[in-house]
Amino acid sequence: MRDAEIAATVTFILNGSAAEAAPRPGETLSETLRERLGARDVKIGCNAGDCGACTVLLDGAPVCACLVPTQQAGGRRVETAAGLTRDDPHGRSLAERFQDHGAAQCGICTPGMITAAVALLRETPAPDAAMVEEALGGVLCRCTGYRKIIDAVTGAPAALSGTGRVGDAIRRTDGAAKVSGAEAYGDDVAPQGTLELRIVRSPHAHAGFVFGDLDAWAAARPGIAAVLTAADVPGENRFGVIPGFIDQPVFAETRARFRGEAVAAIVATPEAAADFDPGDFPVRWEPLDALATPAEAEAPGAVLLHPERPGNLMCGGRVACGDAGAALSRADATVEGRFLTGFVEHAYIEPEAGFARVVDGRVEIHACTQAPVMDLEAMAAILGVGRDRIRILPTAVGGGFGSKLDISVQPYLALGALKTGREVRIAYSRTESMQSTTKRHPAEMHVRIGAMADGRLSGLVFEGVFNTGAHSSWGPTVANRVPVHASGPYRVADYRAETRGIFTHNPPAGAFRGFGVPQAAIAQEVLFDELAERLGIDPLEFRILNALENGAPTVCGQVFAQGVGIRACLEALRPAWARERASVAEFNAGAAATGSALCRGVGIGAGWYGCGNTSIPNPSTIRAGITAEGTVVLHQGAMDIGQGANTVISQIFAEALGLPVAAVRRLGPDTDLTPDAGKTSASRQTFVSGNAARLCGASLRAAVLRAANAGAGAGMALDAGTLAVREGGRTVQIALAGLPTDAHGYVFAAEETYDPPTQPLDENGQGVPYAQYGYAAHLAVVEVDRALGTTRALHFTAAHDLGRAINPMLVEGQIHGGIAQGLGMALMEEYLPGRTENLHDYLIPTIGDMPPVTTIIIEEPDAHGPFGAKGLGEHVLIPTAPALLNAIGHATGLRLRRVPVTPAALAAALKGAAS
Amino acid sequence: MPYLQSRSLDEALAELSAAPLAVVAGGTDFFPAERMRQRSRAILDISRTEGLRGIARVPGGWRIGATSTWSEVARADLPPAFDGLRAAARQVGALQIQTSGTVGGNLCNASPAADGMPPLLTLEAEVELASAAGRRRLPLDRFVTGVRRTDLGPGELVVALHLPEPPEGAGAAFVKLGSRKYLVISIAMAAALVTLRGGRIATARIAVGACSPVARPLPALAGALVGLTPAEALALPADPERFMAGLRPIDDVRGSASYRLDVAHALCLRAVAEAARGAADA
Repeated sequence: MRDAEIAATVTFILNGSAAEAAPRPGETLSETLRERLGARDVKIGCNAGDCGACTVLLDGAPVCACLVPTQQAGGRRVETAAGLTRDDPHGRSLAERFQDHGAAQCGICTPGMITAAVALLRETPAPDAAMVEEALGGVLCRCTGYRKIIDAVTGAPAALSGTGRVGDAIRRTDGAAKVSGAEAYGDDVAPQGTLELRIVRSPHAHAGFVFGDLDAWAAARPGIAAVLTAADVPGENRFGVIPGFIDQPVFAETRARFRGEAVAAIVATPEAAADFDPGDFPVRWEPLDALATPAEAEAPGAVLLHPERPGNLMCGGRVACGDAGAALSRADATVEGRFLTGFVEHAYIEPEAGFARVVDGRVEIHACTQAPVMDLEAMAAILGVGRDRIRILPTAVGGGFGSKLDISVQPYLALGALKTGREVRIAYSRTESMQSTTKRHPAEMHVRIGAMADGRLSGLVFEGVFNTGAHSSWGPTVANRVPVHASGPYRVADYRAETRGIFTHNPPAGAFRGFGVPQAAIAQEVLFDELAERLGIDPLEFRILNALENGAPTVCGQVFAQGVGIRACLEALRPAWARERASVAEFNAGAAATGSALCRGVGIGAGWYGCGNTSIPNPSTIRAGITAEGTVVLHQGAMDIGQGANTVISQIFAEALGLPVAAVRRLGPDTDLTPDAGKTSASRQTFVSGNAARLCGASLRAAVLRAANAGAGAGMALDAGTLAVREGGRTVQIALAGLPTDAHGYVFAAEETYDPPTQPLDENGQGVPYAQYGYAAHLAVVEVDRALGTTRALHFTAAHDLGRAINPMLVEGQIHGGIAQGLGMALMEEYLPGRTENLHDYLIPTIGDMPPVTTIIIEEPDAHGPFGAKGLGEHVLIPTAPALLNAIGHATGLRLRRVPVTPAALAAALKGAAS
Repeated sequence: MPYLQSRSLDEALAELSAAPLAVVAGGTDFFPAERMRQRSRAILDISRTEGLRGIARVPGGWRIGATSTWSEVARADLPPAFDGLRAAARQVGALQIQTSGTVGGNLCNASPAADGMPPLLTLEAEVELASAAGRRRLPLDRFVTGVRRTDLGPGELVVALHLPEPPEGAGAAFVKLGSRKYLVISIAMAAALVTLRGGRIATARIAVGACSPVARPLPALAGALVGLTPAEALALPADPERFMAGLRPIDDVRGSASYRLDVAHALCLRAVAEAARGAADA
């Protein structure tokens, strides 16, 4: 044997124990750990060293396991999150602190974060924030905004409070598995050795195609179990999310309409799948001219993406009140601008993944999703079977932000499992995740706003064209939501907002945190600063003067008697506004004196967001029961994608029931076990499912109190199979074991549904689109380097009216994370098909880009929300980008009209202004 | 498809001369590229090959073994003239990449945005290559010849970098510009190595990366700075035709060509000023 030949097996120490594996040549440590040694606490986000999720310690030093040939681990020590949080004192401590701070939201990056942090703490037991940033700079997080992670690693005091009643800042009830890496995401559930899917995708934005002899191709290749194409779809080869707009094929049939669209798939053994080269697949492409922009797609004679949609118009939206034209004519000052935004990628660290099998003739789909019951409906149509033939078992979700509302891997998994009769899995590569799943809509917005000399708004006209890509997805929602929100949270008596959603040969644009509202807020809020300046009015006071109030109609004519909290949010920024403006003025004077290229600015942005579906039914149902053994079981089908629904719904339910949250055992999500709690979108889970949980808790409580013949004020305690109901001096002991059980096995049970009271909008968008809105205002401080065009955010102050903070720790986490995404949208993120299809060309903020945030919670109770609570998930991102643009404008005097404001873009603008 | 791992350099070179093999050291560039290729290849792993690793003082200068990692460079006990190289080492990707990624791999990958190139150019590095047929040395700017192109011959490995003794009392710096703080491919970057005499720049070497197919020294700019104080140097007006001759920046997703040319000047001057702070005044 030659010296160079290596033994077939590699041995190393894995988390303190001997491990042995026989990797194939070219196999990396991440694959060996996950697929041969069962260490699925090592998560895969990008497989390219761009995200750090797979960080493990190799002889104590952090490495990306996806970049280490397994053979290089031979004879060395490998430590992963599971071992470190079990055996290492730093790891154990970090596991507690991450939970105390809410530093794990979806949790997919958490094992990488904790692993990298252990390496730091072993060298530096008491690091400062800057050291933490250096040590964790190689791990991306898309949920938390990083600040809670920094707090957890430095050991800052946590602000936990209470036992889990409404208003208590308790740990997540599902946090332990996230910090140890035990949480099972889409790619963590399949048994080792399962057949794998690979999808053949269009390399062209627009192309015709024909297949060669697929049977012969497959027959000639060992390990190929099946080939799937449109011909294998037994039901409808279409899916979508809005009735009337179900237009996306599972497999394109003769023509691919975006780069990355699926045309076929193979099901193969892991070995054959690893060697599969889509370039070998027998398909002949005929590239066609592609419509890249709405302008091209709306041009006369443009090819139609969907023949039934003339002009490539998906749909439009409109809201109008008063007479906007006349109001603008009489305004003392008007401003206008044309604003542009690009595609934004959700960039959750977990690519779409899942596993399917057939059990007793039913297909079971285990995959990451934000909307299990919508998945069920879509799959029933695609498979052409009844819903009872399908079971959706959502895995943990490693971030969603809107994109995982649409199905992705589910149909391929189901078709593969049904065709082969075997278990099948798939995890999208980062590139195919980015190519094929939805994006934020690029917008081209033309906006005019007027005001009178006293500062009162006088007319606002908004025209927006939204690039919806090749298929509808949630495009109609964007087209309809934007006109309702484009006024911002202000009194605008004379208003006209119109949108068009236009098909192009791009990836489908769909739902992304805010559904078009963040784009519209950029145009409106930036112009507000210009209008205030034109009038000589302080920009914050201008907003306060025009803020929407209780009793004043929205642009839809809706009047709220209570709960309009934008004025309180804006007023809460006054101290920071005064302080930061003064501090910035001082800095800039000093910088000017020394000839420094640095300058600073302060900016404000505000926003509002209607919670739930727009003017259509939007129910959630929650079921609960108490078993004869004395367990309180909550059937919780509202997907927790990291935002904290598992905890918030439990807190609300427990409060309404009158038992501690620790007594509640959560069940689900599972479409066989959990009733439909709707989708995790539109900031609706706390509000809508929270209300269902409140009603369900109250109903279950009422059933118990009836049995005890007690009044509504009675206290309740559960102890070892006995329910004690106390009222006055009297205690009734209910022995649960003796009671009859219902079909679900419960001795007491309840199931309640809540649907927000909305009303349809007329042709001018007048009506009641939402039962509640939440409100927000952000203040950003930035430093611009004029020589380089770089912008560094220094600090944020974020005021949010959410009615009632059910869990203030989770609230802060949402705010931080939303700001980080808003910062990315403002400064660095733009998805360009074919050019930024990975996480090193598509940049999201790292831990070094996100500054500290001061959070101000405003609680103007909502009339409908559970305990007055409002939604928050999307509000947190809407004001951020305009606040940053206004801060950059304050620093530089520039009127910015396009995001992202990359260093090159800002430098060009500075150069243009100077010449 | 074999996976070969060799302790002996001679053995590794013999394997390499016998069959085409993909050479892997840290894997940080190899695996992302390999996954795009969709085809596995026979691999020669040189991470444990003796004599290729380590940073050492040698007669006439310093030797950095090809498989020395960026973490090893960042932590090495080196004089201030290497501060630019160490700063670059701390900005290659992030810690995980620095733990695995090697100096030799960074050069062989031949990315226009290779962080190691500008400081190594200011240190006047030479590349030592070995094959079964023998050894040779050539200056760094003749080893990397273009975008993803090097002078590496069939059967050849990069063995080490040789850095001549830097000027007495020199300070050095590296400045990287990206759209975010960590894990970022440079839009542009500059390295400088400076000596001072009487508070003025006595000698200067400057190199710029990500603004041409291969990072380039800027001798005209360096020459123009001689005799200036560091503060005067910071204020030197841009003169792209004179100072940036040889740069050929491109437009890409990270920035436009004209932007790169503009910022290159500012980055060079900042690197020079920072290098001067680390220099011992003679």
